[in-house]
Amino acid sequence: MARFIIRRLLWLIPTVIFVTFIVYCAVRIGWDPVASYLRANPRASDAKVQQYIEVNGLYEGFGGYVRGYFEWLWAFVQGPDHWPRSIKGSGEVYPTLRYSFFNTMRLAGTAAIIGIGVGLFFGVVAGKRPGGAVDGIVNTTAFFVGSVPPFVSAIILQLVFAVQLGWFSASGVYPAGHQGFDPWLMAKHMVLPVFVVAIQTIAGYTRYMRASLLDVSSADYLRTARAKGISERQVMRGHTFRNALIPIATVVAIDIGALIGGLIITENIFNYPGMGVFFIDAANDGDFPRLMPFLVIITVSVLIFNLLADLSYAYLDPRIRLD
Amino acid sequence: MTSLQPVHESSSFETFDELYEISEQEGLDVKTLTPSKLAWRRYWRHKGAAISTVIFIALLIMVIFAPVFARYGVNEAVFPISEGPNQFLSPRSIAWFGTDDIGRDIYSRLLYGIRTSIFIGVSAGLIAVTIGSIVGSIAGLRGGKLDDILMRVTDIFLAFPFLVLIIVVREFIGGLTFLEPVMGDKSSIRFIIFLFAIFGWMAVARLVRGQVLSLKEREFIEAARAVGASNSRIIASHLLPNSIGPILVALSLTIIAAIVGESTLAFFGFGPQPGTNSTSLGNLVLLSRSGATQGNWWLVVFPCGALVLLAICINFIGDGLRDAFDPKMDSGR
Amino acid sequence: MPSAVGVVAAEPVLTLRDFRVGFTTPNGLVQAVRGVDVDLARGEVLGVVGESGSGKSVTFLGMLGLLPKSAQITGSALIGATEMVGASTKVMRSIRGRRIAMIFQDPLSALNPVHRVGDQIVEMIQSHNEISSKAAAERAIELLGTVGIPQPRERSRQYPHEFSGGMRQRVMIAMAISNDPDVLIADEPTTALDVTVQAQILEVIDKIRNDMGTAVVMITHDLGVIARIADRVQVMYAGRAIEKTNVHSLFAAPTHPYTEGLLRSIPLLGQERLLPIPGSPPNMLRPPSGCAFRPRCLYAIEECAGDLPELHPSGDALSACIRSEELNLGVLV
Repeated sequence: MARFIIRRLLWLIPTVIFVTFIVYCAVRIGWDPVASYLRANPRASDAKVQQYIEVNGLYEGFGGYVRGYFEWLWAFVQGPDHWPRSIKGSGEVYPTLRYSFFNTMRLAGTAAIIGIGVGLFFGVVAGKRPGGAVDGIVNTTAFFVGSVPPFVSAIILQLVFAVQLGWFSASGVYPAGHQGFDPWLMAKHMVLPVFVVAIQTIAGYTRYMRASLLDVSSADYLRTARAKGISERQVMRGHTFRNALIPIATVVAIDIGALIGGLIITENIFNYPGMGVFFIDAANDGDFPRLMPFLVIITVSVLIFNLLADLSYAYLDPRIRLD
Repeated sequence: MTSLQPVHESSSFETFDELYEISEQEGLDVKTLTPSKLAWRRYWRHKGAAISTVIFIALLIMVIFAPVFARYGVNEAVFPISEGPNQFLSPRSIAWFGTDDIGRDIYSRLLYGIRTSIFIGVSAGLIAVTIGSIVGSIAGLRGGKLDDILMRVTDIFLAFPFLVLIIVVREFIGGLTFLEPVMGDKSSIRFIIFLFAIFGWMAVARLVRGQVLSLKEREFIEAARAVGASNSRIIASHLLPNSIGPILVALSLTIIAAIVGESTLAFFGFGPQPGTNSTSLGNLVLLSRSGATQGNWWLVVFPCGALVLLAICINFIGDGLRDAFDPKMDSGR
Repeated sequence: MPSAVGVVAAEPVLTLRDFRVGFTTPNGLVQAVRGVDVDLARGEVLGVVGESGSGKSVTFLGMLGLLPKSAQITGSALIGATEMVGASTKVMRSIRGRRIAMIFQDPLSALNPVHRVGDQIVEMIQSHNEISSKAAAERAIELLGTVGIPQPRERSRQYPHEFSGGMRQRVMIAMAISNDPDVLIADEPTTALDVTVQAQILEVIDKIRNDMGTAVVMITHDLGVIARIADRVQVMYAGRAIEKTNVHSLFAAPTHPYTEGLLRSIPLLGQERLLPIPGSPPNMLRPPSGCAFRPRCLYAIEECAGDLPELHPSGDALSACIRSEELNLGVLV
């Protein structure tokens, strides 16, 4: 197991370099950073533009891309002080990114815990007696909820609870002009965004868990377990649930992308200053110094969670051979 | 004790035939339905799928003949601004679903918008399913390096947050000027169709590959191989017909992804500009953002409702297809 | 009903009377078992023979309450003095794995792939004994040795997929005998195994019967297995016992045309062609009137369609064929 993990971790390094290089090329070609810089700073002098090119390593040609990528990467790994500054007002990128990152993690963590927990619970409730009344209600509800795009549920919740009823705040982390830390206000602002992402997650996991339980429920080893004379609860805990969780664990790790995706949408609708708002702003501005760190963080997380999915699978299912 | 001699070999055949007939009369269920007929029957027994199919076909007729069913033109105001303020009117007899920021009828625009969105969804879905089926079956059949690379690449692609990936890819492809003759302008309908096809084929390829892997080991494929059938022949005459269920399900999922994706992109300002004589669901949904904060509920309810209705209908149709072609995967509805 | 065969043992461990199992389905009630009597004494091996769907497995699964909820069970099933039909879950559980243990056809799917084999045996031991996990693990290792698994200590820490088919079935047997049960129900334990391994497994079962005095119910469709291990045989057809006899008379003088058919379908050396039983088993939603085998029977006469034939003495056996006395059945004519 340890050797397997080490080998996979070593493989991660070239993969990250390769994928981030592709991302780098995509950003260079897709946004044309120099043109974006000129759009943001129309009166910039030639010397300023030249300086922007130098600092960010925006050289032309394939060789230039490779050189520029490694220069950028070197600056990136040296730490935030070496990161190029944003094209908008030359602000430092790191503080905003950090602030957005933690805002998002708070949202994502809460939504993931609620979503996965409640989803698995409903999945078990439905999957325990497939075809029953409870199963029908839970499964159909999950089906309908899962069909609603997250931005639609976000907008409708905003319209109903924030605008019409005024129960929760429609936007931000704190009301405008608020200073300092206030968990109660913060929680109040998180309710709607968390809810939007959580219901999407709940719907997904209800269906995964139910399907997985149904898959397991016809297995012969359950009959063996019952023939042992152990209680139905023990059968559920030691066999049905244990085996049904194997595919779920993998889904949890892979689904992190979907979770972040849902957050980006939700954050933008609720003006919640997280990674999603950060990204959409940077994308609209074509702000190369802000886009790159964001995309690299996303890429690395995706790759790490992919690895975690593989590892959890290998760990939970002894039939998977580790090589 | 009379002894009845057991049947002798010479006479056994006729006796056997008679016996089969008798046993059939004696309550053996003799199924004469073909698999496709059975699938058809199972499909219509799925209530959600049946209702959704009817709604979807009705909607399809309405939007195909949009000029007949619409009450106003795409860009026509319900009445000229000179006769009074026509913007943000709540639902009333002259505008069933209310009017937008420049006084146009939401109901009529919805018909045209759904038309564009279904067109985008179905076109992107068909392209994606075609590419995905071909790549998936080749990868599944050949295996080896090609298969490894395909799975690795699609793994990573599908794990990325959809919105981030699609915005990056959109800008990237839009930046490749040599592709413009094929893809069209970044904000054209053609571009958006290709964009979603590029995303959709991967999920389809994975699905078809899985199906091919499980079919590959079955006897009839081995038999085809044994008589010297080529790979392409095996794919065309054995693998694809037997994968029709999963492929149709994948098609329904790709169509939803494209329709919802178009709206989502438009919502964030990265959507297509359908030109002066048309609109898309995305363009209409875009209005719901300001609609929500300003309390103009009809700008939220009708466009979003239409989108959700479409998504649910196609989802149900896909679900029905899944049940129809694979009765084991009981969905419990 | 008194047993007409052999010595009636002093200590009955398992007694079924008029045992019936029905399944409610959307199409109606499927009568899987229609009034079966079984008598089993300590240390005895009872062979239960029949085609798939004859109710042979369902009888014993139903007795232990291991069938789905749609099963309706009536009649009487005594384990020693405990009535199982209508018994509480608690009573059922105290019998299952303690006084009656089961092994199944496919040991790979019957063992949980994610637990070590030792742990699966420990679970069985601990469910009926107040015993420390450590002691139970030691006992499991001892049991694995008893059933002939080499290096039991190391093997107990392995997973089912690391065992060969025969070794897995030994694990199942080790688990089954871990609480020294009165009855071992073996449901086609050798069907999924190679012929040489089959013989070894039968040997293990035979050894357990001899050493521990465990009564065995050997459910099989393989008459070779019956010849090898059984004392008495009960032939099942369409949810009923149609012949009860000892293993010698079964082969020498079958008293039911169905038994004769089974014997005829065994391939013999030098035989030019097999004589399979024509037709297929009846639909248990609507079983034929009278003798259920009538539609496939070469000797059927009008009277066979009358009342449901009861078992009656016929030579050394009990037969449910109304013509058992007049027919001269046998393999070699």
